Amino acid sequence: MGVEVKVEGLTKSFGRQTIWRDVTLTLPAGEVSVLLGPSGTGKSVFLKSIIGLLRPERGTCVINGTDVCSCSERELYEIRKLLGVLFQDGALFGSMDIYDNVAFPLREHTRKSESEIRRIVGEKMELVGLTGAEHKLPGEISGGMRKRAGLARALVLDPEIILCDEPDSGLDPVRTAYLSQLLIDLNAQLDATILIVTHNINVARTVPDNLGMLFRRELVMFGPREVLLTSDEPVVAQFLGGRRVGPIGMSEEKDQATMDRERAHAEAGHMDAELAEDVRGVPPQLEPTAGLPERMAVRRRKDRVMRMLSSLPAGARQSVLASLTDADRHRYGLTAPLPQRPAPVTSVHGSLHEVARTPRDLGAAFTRRPWGGRR
Amino acid sequence: MSSTNAAGFPGVAALRQVGRMATLGWEVLKNTPRRPFQRREFIQQCWFFVSVTWLPTALVSIPFGAVISLHLGSLTQQIGAQSFTGAAGALAIIQQASPLITALLVAGAGGSAMCADIGSRTIREEIAAMEVLGVSPIHRLIVPRVLAAVVVSMLLNGLVSVVGVLGGYFFNVVMQGGTPGAYLASFNALAQLPDLWVSEFKALIYGFVAGIVAAYRGLNPSSGPKGVGDAVNQAVVVTFLLLFLVNVVITGIYLQIVPAKGM
Repeated sequence: MGVEVKVEGLTKSFGRQTIWRDVTLTLPAGEVSVLLGPSGTGKSVFLKSIIGLLRPERGTCVINGTDVCSCSERELYEIRKLLGVLFQDGALFGSMDIYDNVAFPLREHTRKSESEIRRIVGEKMELVGLTGAEHKLPGEISGGMRKRAGLARALVLDPEIILCDEPDSGLDPVRTAYLSQLLIDLNAQLDATILIVTHNINVARTVPDNLGMLFRRELVMFGPREVLLTSDEPVVAQFLGGRRVGPIGMSEEKDQATMDRERAHAEAGHMDAELAEDVRGVPPQLEPTAGLPERMAVRRRKDRVMRMLSSLPAGARQSVLASLTDADRHRYGLTAPLPQRPAPVTSVHGSLHEVARTPRDLGAAFTRRPWGGRR
Repeated sequence: MSSTNAAGFPGVAALRQVGRMATLGWEVLKNTPRRPFQRREFIQQCWFFVSVTWLPTALVSIPFGAVISLHLGSLTQQIGAQSFTGAAGALAIIQQASPLITALLVAGAGGSAMCADIGSRTIREEIAAMEVLGVSPIHRLIVPRVLAAVVVSMLLNGLVSVVGVLGGYFFNVVMQGGTPGAYLASFNALAQLPDLWVSEFKALIYGFVAGIVAAYRGLNPSSGPKGVGDAVNQAVVVTFLLLFLVNVVITGIYLQIVPAKGM
């Protein structure tokens, strides 16, 4: 099973510019998490802090019992053997061809024979659809291919934790869909902890078990996917909807006058390009390809979410309950039958509350940042 | 603006750079004996260093030897000590000129190429990727390069000495009508074996300094391709300044320790 990553109170600044402060979140072992955020909110910096390339000023990030923010160089190298990291541009070694790039970790860290290395590399190359490009140099292939080659290299040691920095940037929608499916399949096969940093809404809505968002130098929220996808938090709603109306501006912050003007504009009937299609609600999550083992993370996550159900906001709770099968309901001791209806719901019904055994106002109290970075 | 920053007094940024460079130097020394030694990378880098430096070095050392020879020749002629031209020439070339030419070429041709190589790897995140793959870039990339710089600059030093002395001989004998026998006979009148040792020692230090500065600037470029260009530029300038400083220090110490040869 994958390894848990526990981040607490992490703060990073360059000079006097704070990138983000007091970020607290836990990537549950073996689950897929996505970290969202507008461009320039330090998502990549966060990723680099987790792998120990950057040292944050305050806070801890514990992987497998080691705090990567304060451990020695040697411990860091040990921890990194658990990690597979996909960099934004693939970060392939320009002087080696694709084959040698993918074989590099095997040659450095294992004593496998050349024929065995060839077998493993061939397998991973096929996984990312690069068979036949083995002997090209990174400079001779397209950005998308470099990215896939980078992923193959990250996977070659069967890592416990896979970190992807914008796996979708520079890829067309079809390849992005393939890549999303690949990550879910990997999770099913390896049971690895996966963190994807992205600003692709589609990936965020369909791939992860958990979803978080960075904005204005802090973690707005992090929690089970239902929480963010049903959130009323203006920043989250705006980002997931891809609208102009809301607190996110072209530059990071937006003043009141601009906000008012845009709202008036929208009310007058003007629509943003993205708004043509309403993308709110909780869509079904991607399933592993048929024939692969079931994702162990699904069951673990369900158990975890059910334990914290009473602290979830009403919308999220509703959505979680609606996603349960009959067997699940039996397992968690929920006897009351649920009305049949599609997953996204906005109103709360009394019967559901009886099922969840929580008073209505508890949910309301938690609508704002229950899992956020602030304490 | 930056008064609230940690920087306390003027020049602290420069000191910080020096400190980090020295740390890198120490890291390289510490990683040198580590197994497995990157033999392949080392040989490739040696070859690369030789290929960019040997020809310019040889070409620069011919006029250098000639100039020394011409100056000394006219001087010694005036005081009637023409037969000592060879002695002074050899001393000047072996002890001073040759390590300096080596330094200029190792920094200017070898170091700049190395800095550009490392710098472009850094901005393409190759160095970061290597660290994340659990491989120390210092052990894997920097150590073989610095060692290659050291070895090649020691070899180049020999090349410069030979070519420079030959150039001096040619100009003295052919252009100024000096006697070949006298030039060769006075050869070891002033120069002695420690001169050769100190010359090689200087070359070793120069190669190391050039390698470390190039690696340091290459690993820490400001962002973007322009950052790499600036880093290369700075690496060459900083190396030159350091090397001339080191030369003064080593020469000063050497002259105190090793007595000049009596006649």
